[in-house]
Amino acid sequence: MAEYQNLFTRVQVRGPSDPGLELPGDGGVRTRSSIHSWLLGKIGDAQLGPIYLGATGAMSIMFGALAIIIIGMNLLAAVDWNPLEFIRQFFWLALEPPPPEYGLSIPPLNDGGWWLIAGFFLTAAIFLWWVRTYNRAKALGLGTHVAWAFAAAIFLYFSIGFIWPVLMGSWSESVPFGIFPHLDWTTAFSLRFGNLYYNPFHMLSIVFLFGSALLFAMHGGTILAAGRYNAEREIEQVTDRGTGAERSALLWRWTMGFNATMESIHRWAYWFAILCVITGGIGILLTGTVVENWYLWGVHHGIAPDYPAEFYTPAVDPAAGGTQ
Amino acid sequence: MSSSMNLNRSLVAGVLSAGLAVMAGCEKPPVDSEQTGYRGTGMQDVDNPRIEAENAALHAAPEARESVSSEGPRAGEIYQNVEVLEDLSVAEFTRLMQSMTEWVAPEQGCTYCHDGKDFASEELYTYQVSRKMLQMTRDVNANWDTHMSDNGVTCYTCHRGENVPSETWFEEPSSPKTQVAAGLGNVQMQNMASDKPAYASLPRDAFERYLLGHEDLTVEGDTVLPTADWSKSLKGTEASYSLMMHMSDSIGGNCTTCHNTGRLGQWDESPVQREISWHGIRMTRDINVNYMLPLEGNQPEARLGPTGDIAKVNCATCHYGRQLPLNGTKMVEDYPGLIGDEDPNFDYMQFGDLGTEGLSGDNG
Repeated sequence: MAEYQNLFTRVQVRGPSDPGLELPGDGGVRTRSSIHSWLLGKIGDAQLGPIYLGATGAMSIMFGALAIIIIGMNLLAAVDWNPLEFIRQFFWLALEPPPPEYGLSIPPLNDGGWWLIAGFFLTAAIFLWWVRTYNRAKALGLGTHVAWAFAAAIFLYFSIGFIWPVLMGSWSESVPFGIFPHLDWTTAFSLRFGNLYYNPFHMLSIVFLFGSALLFAMHGGTILAAGRYNAEREIEQVTDRGTGAERSALLWRWTMGFNATMESIHRWAYWFAILCVITGGIGILLTGTVVENWYLWGVHHGIAPDYPAEFYTPAVDPAAGGTQ
Repeated sequence: MSSSMNLNRSLVAGVLSAGLAVMAGCEKPPVDSEQTGYRGTGMQDVDNPRIEAENAALHAAPEARESVSSEGPRAGEIYQNVEVLEDLSVAEFTRLMQSMTEWVAPEQGCTYCHDGKDFASEELYTYQVSRKMLQMTRDVNANWDTHMSDNGVTCYTCHRGENVPSETWFEEPSSPKTQVAAGLGNVQMQNMASDKPAYASLPRDAFERYLLGHEDLTVEGDTVLPTADWSKSLKGTEASYSLMMHMSDSIGGNCTTCHNTGRLGQWDESPVQREISWHGIRMTRDINVNYMLPLEGNQPEARLGPTGDIAKVNCATCHYGRQLPLNGTKMVEDYPGLIGDEDPNFDYMQFGDLGTEGLSGDNG
């Protein structure tokens, strides 16, 4: 029987499919078939499948498909069912939440009702997929770290799309399903609440976002650099001297004095990624509920500087008399 | 082997052409940028010198006609049915009429507005429109110096040799019938490519709200903590933002022309252009409500929009992509007949801010 091997090599090894571990009690819920793809082998394992779907997976895909169909049909109707116009307008089109006058009540279908339904299905699909990541980790005897990292991302999604609009008392404050429209929503959010850059949780979120990218580059670079010493075989390597693992640790000790360990570097990456979305979600939830204007909040707490009116004549509010 | 090489080649070709397609909307660099605010605030005026050169003719004011004597009998005494320009001398009156023809109807000539047999006839709708437009020009030149200083406007500022200025706007039907019938696809007057919000996916009814109506454009609360009496929706914010996109676009500027974008709402950290633009919004309401709407009834169908409304003005109608229309040429100085009498009761706060007396529709 073929055995799973991970090697840093440019040669694609092609053998019989590996069905994976035998687990008690779930043999029947994995698909039987698997294929090999040369292109997939370029970016990962060339073997595709078998996949475990199960009840939660099947329902998740069904709800997700329903959400996408509802969104897609609405976008198509918006361009009068014209497929060319659909492609041309695709980046502009969106399924909009209800107008403000509906508050948190149930609006008519074509006035935000579809948005509410699509949002419900999408959320159901995401929650079910979460259950699946949790259960699979348990079934494989792993920790549930991935599920909790995913939960952190879901927290941000759910904060923006559901909790915050509910706190603000209106579905209308939530995000439209569309490419440009959700970006316009983001800008409007910052415009409305006095510049999100002065929101300390937004600042933290950016730190963790950029920090994640930095850590990812450092870690990825280190492991690739030590690949020639088979550094991916961590267990044998950590105990011996002169191995790729030791060399990658020494690389950082010698360049900056401190080095993470083979284990702790993954905790760094994990918490940076998770805190990015957790702090982001907190920042959203505080906006408009606890703080009205982040710039004025920044002035109040001494973090926003005064800029002199250089190069221009300052304006005076016309309602307060104006300059003229 | 060869099939994988072909695949690689087509992948590369695909990525390259996708990249080119994305770049097709970009302007060719380099651009000129000028710092307009304190360092670190990102306040800059950006111009593309090649596009400027291409459009130079559009922004050049035409030569003024040779000036004429203001002596002699008044136009109102000699000609019949002169209501607006009756105080001009006959020579001044004729000179202005000839200029107006050049500015507005260079191909059709006098008979675009006048009955060729009876110049005093009000028969043609264009006659009535031009009378109203003369009243409008005289009114705004006399009263809106908060927006225009002494630059003023003439017919040419908007018309540029066209019967109808090329930059105007119409209302749009709120939802195509098919969407209502299908019960889905309501994009709520936004999320379609349109030049109204300068190709953002923002609402397309900002002109109706702010340049015809007088909804409050302010969205930021001016308190640190939330208060019960300030609740502006994000959808309203998007509408306000949409008008801002139009304004930036129509003056060839950007957000920092009028704002320190770190603190958009702060008047004391905004350049004076913001104040000028604030007055421009009120002036546009004045024009649309008091001069354009009253003309709606006598327009032929071909001049009306999809919902049967008259063409209305926005910032681009005069500005055409320039902060100073016609590069700030004070054309109106050569045409004193286009400056009316200052209204002693004029109050710019009456165009939707403290009241709406200025928007009663019976000005002029």
